[in-house]
Amino acid sequence: MIFPDEPNPGEMLPILPGHTTGGRLERVLRAGHFAVTSELAPPDSANPEDVYARARVFDGYVDGMNATDGSGANCHMSSVGMCALLTRIGYAPVMQVSCRDKNRIAIQGDVLGGAAMGVTNILCLSGDGVQSGDHPEAKPVFDLDSMSLLETIRTMRDKSEFLSGRKITDPPKVFLGAAANPFAPPYDFRPHRMAKKIAAGAQFIQTQYCFDIPRFKEFMARSRDLGLLEKVFVLPGVGPMASARTATWIRNNVPGIHIPDAVIKRLAGAQDQKKEGQQICIDLIQELREIEGVSGVHVMAYRQEESVAEIIDRSGVLEGRVPWYPGRDQELQKERA
Amino acid sequence: MYSVRLWTVRHARFFERVYNMFEPVLVKLHPIWSKLGYDRAEKPMSKIEQACKGLLFDCKMCGQCALSSTGMSCSMNCPKNLRNGPCGGVRLNGNCEVYAEKRCVWVEAWDGSRKMKNGDRIFAVQKPVNFSQQGSSSWLRVVRQIAQREEQAEERS
Repeated sequence: MIFPDEPNPGEMLPILPGHTTGGRLERVLRAGHFAVTSELAPPDSANPEDVYARARVFDGYVDGMNATDGSGANCHMSSVGMCALLTRIGYAPVMQVSCRDKNRIAIQGDVLGGAAMGVTNILCLSGDGVQSGDHPEAKPVFDLDSMSLLETIRTMRDKSEFLSGRKITDPPKVFLGAAANPFAPPYDFRPHRMAKKIAAGAQFIQTQYCFDIPRFKEFMARSRDLGLLEKVFVLPGVGPMASARTATWIRNNVPGIHIPDAVIKRLAGAQDQKKEGQQICIDLIQELREIEGVSGVHVMAYRQEESVAEIIDRSGVLEGRVPWYPGRDQELQKERA
Repeated sequence: MYSVRLWTVRHARFFERVYNMFEPVLVKLHPIWSKLGYDRAEKPMSKIEQACKGLLFDCKMCGQCALSSTGMSCSMNCPKNLRNGPCGGVRLNGNCEVYAEKRCVWVEAWDGSRKMKNGDRIFAVQKPVNFSQQGSSSWLRVVRQIAQREEQAEERS
């Protein structure tokens, strides 16, 4: 899909009436298309080519890439740094901001810097505890939490003010996202927590890995009862599991990821477990897209990033749409010729 | 103490009632606090508050008590200091992602809030903590605000 007002790489689209940003992700969601986002694992290096190589594997299949911010409390290239590289050639990253490592002064500065570079999407997270990462001796900051972070950035954007009340001359035009995990207790509170995030400013939601469809349906039904589904775009998280052993390890060692026995059994019973993991992911995407209020999927394919294109292709959710990537329009023209 | 903390949350309704009786008494004593000077009352009062709430709730004296909005479970005991609800890392048994042997502060908070009369306050978005108020008495701050509001209302009428 080519927008008629498609800009040069690195330039923003014009902001349409009713939109908050000139970003492609918001455009796609508000136009009612099924959006696809993916997780971009940051490199442990200072080489920009490492970032570009990781981004390129998603070319033509995703509407946004999440630049993670020290996920799992492990040290990697910063999300701001990755976004600087990605926006430079026109990619549409989702800049993740975690409250674990920075206080309100640093975070608000990053928001302005990110928006100035062309970041149009920000995902507000509390962040993993430092104890789960490679620097457990680090000082946890947690000056804000995901909720007050959302409210802070919304105030910056809509009122042109810092948290202190000081004026911002050109506010950051960003589409605000938040995370949700319907698969962790207390289950009854989860839809209300999403309601709080929406009240604090969340416009889109990316969820934790979704393997338990009945639990997710229940969550969405409660959210609909609370009137949330018309206020927010929900992108459930999916991803391929490499084997039954990996899935079991993740289930036992990564807090917050719930993988039902049936999924592990299906993996264990397959001849090619990796292929089966991808098939399960495709099946889940197709099931999820039928659920009321689901606006897209967020694919987290850690160490299997190269499989995302095939998964999305085979799931058929893009319906022939080709999301923007550097050089896309020239290629499409060539194909047509 | 951890076990006491769990016990008070189980009796969140009772402690809600106790506080609702206690607060008006403190407000009635406003003339004393003003005569004494709120700043001078601060030191002994914060000591008393710390002793009571420390024992009952493992209070961290953030100075902006939100217990009434968090099911009587002190959210400053969350290793991420979350003021607005549980993170996504809560274990299937309801324990904390960081301290696997402890209950999640917010799982407790949700249960406590369901027992309270005004438990739905848990749905309100909490402002970020003002760290310059750390260690100060939350009671005195609340009383001062209420008393000032009442005085202003009287002046207007």
